[in-house]
Amino acid sequence: MEVSFWFFVLISLLKVIIVTGILLTAVAYTVLLERKVVGRIQNRWGPSRVGPFGLLQPLADGIKLFLKEDLMPTNVYKPLFIAAPIIALGCALMSISMIPFGANIQYKGVDLFQISDVNIGLLIILGVTSIGVYGVALSGWSSNNKYSLLGALRASAQVISYELALGLSVVGVILRSQSFRLRDIVNVQSTHGLLSWNFFGGWQFVAFFIYIMAAFAETNRTPFDLPEAESELTAGYHTEYSSMKFAMFFMAEYANMITVGCVATLLFFGGWSSPFGHLFPANLGGVVGMALLPVFWFVIKVFFFLFLYIWVRGTLPRFRYDQLMGFGWKFLMPLAIANIIVTSFWLAYRAV
Amino acid sequence: MHPVLFFIFGGLCVAGALNLLFQRHPINSALSLIVVMSSLAVLYLLLGAEFLAAAQVIVYSGAIMVLFTFVIMLLNAGREERTHGSKAAYAVGIPGALALLGALVYIFLSNGNSLGMTILGGYWVVPTSFSAVLFHEMLLPFEVTSVLLLVAILGAVALARKEH
Repeated sequence: MEVSFWFFVLISLLKVIIVTGILLTAVAYTVLLERKVVGRIQNRWGPSRVGPFGLLQPLADGIKLFLKEDLMPTNVYKPLFIAAPIIALGCALMSISMIPFGANIQYKGVDLFQISDVNIGLLIILGVTSIGVYGVALSGWSSNNKYSLLGALRASAQVISYELALGLSVVGVILRSQSFRLRDIVNVQSTHGLLSWNFFGGWQFVAFFIYIMAAFAETNRTPFDLPEAESELTAGYHTEYSSMKFAMFFMAEYANMITVGCVATLLFFGGWSSPFGHLFPANLGGVVGMALLPVFWFVIKVFFFLFLYIWVRGTLPRFRYDQLMGFGWKFLMPLAIANIIVTSFWLAYRAV
Repeated sequence: MHPVLFFIFGGLCVAGALNLLFQRHPINSALSLIVVMSSLAVLYLLLGAEFLAAAQVIVYSGAIMVLFTFVIMLLNAGREERTHGSKAAYAVGIPGALALLGALVYIFLSNGNSLGMTILGGYWVVPTSFSAVLFHEMLLPFEVTSVLLLVAILGAVALARKEH
């Protein structure tokens, strides 16, 4: 359907504003969720004083971070010192534009539940992840601090090593759906409910585990959080940052977590499709239900992934650096390649 | 609209390349090279090669330039010192470069008809058809290229090893 250019721009702008607002709020409340869940795992309440159940804690944290003094040490390389958190946060927020979080419902020709529908959506998400390495590397170098530089180099080496396993693990999914477009990948999985998801019916559970482990390493989360552990290298690449720039690194980490959860949902767990498949009639709940139920399923699945992240953080100890690099290069990458070979054989056998 | 985008990103590419030459600090040159690689990716996208554009960003801007940046950061390369260029280099170099540029422009313009026209944005090369060609007609060059890369990696590892 032909749609007027200015109408498209207006609706896209509206979608971007709403989605970014929701994402930033989700980032703030993910921090609260983490603190409360990790607290419960460690047999204590999390934050519970500010507001009922501690629900206003992100507000208090935001105000605190805004009002802190913004230090800039002498002899830092100023342009990159300021640009590095911007690159990190920008790349973390960009991936959400490719992600379809609801069914393909169009309003006067414009897709309502996806900001931009490109043919190579998955590759663009991988590319944005690759560019995000610069935020980490440049921040450590421009801080003019030996410990920051070492922490940044360690963190970037970790990220680029696990990017390989990440990219190779999704090849099985692409082989099954024959397309890089994220809507096509979800449509292949929405045929029979739970059984046609890539994790179950697509037999991609090995790929899912590789993806999840590589994603934990990409976002620098436990058990791969050596670069930002408090006892290692004095907080690594964001040692010299304070106030808003530190908050940007912090927000970038949680936004990356949410993005990775969204992509895992889309690739392996059927995205916005319900697990019940054809058990319920297709027009359950009328027009509003048909629009909002897929979004509900998507959000529930992403919430499960965030909870998994936080659960693993509260449970597992940290890798040592050589164990971490050996795990990425010597175990995950060959396993991902083996997964590609087995998936190709299975698909060729099925097609004969 | 496509010619406008071509001129914007082509101009950005050339500006990035000139900035790379004129910057005194190597990290600025590395960042300019990242701008050049990303503008090339956009130019590939204008020509319809979507997979190649994504691969350019992932491989060149996201991996190779990261390694360049690592080397610059680890070697702690500082600002270049301004040296006095030799007069002979200026006397021969600038006319030589202009002559070369003139020859290239003359050749391209005089053979313009037989080189054909490029269509910007008229079609997309779908990864399916691209990979069908790559793995059927171009299989031998593809495999030979991977062997070449393997040889280069082995050579680098052999050269960089510590002597026991």
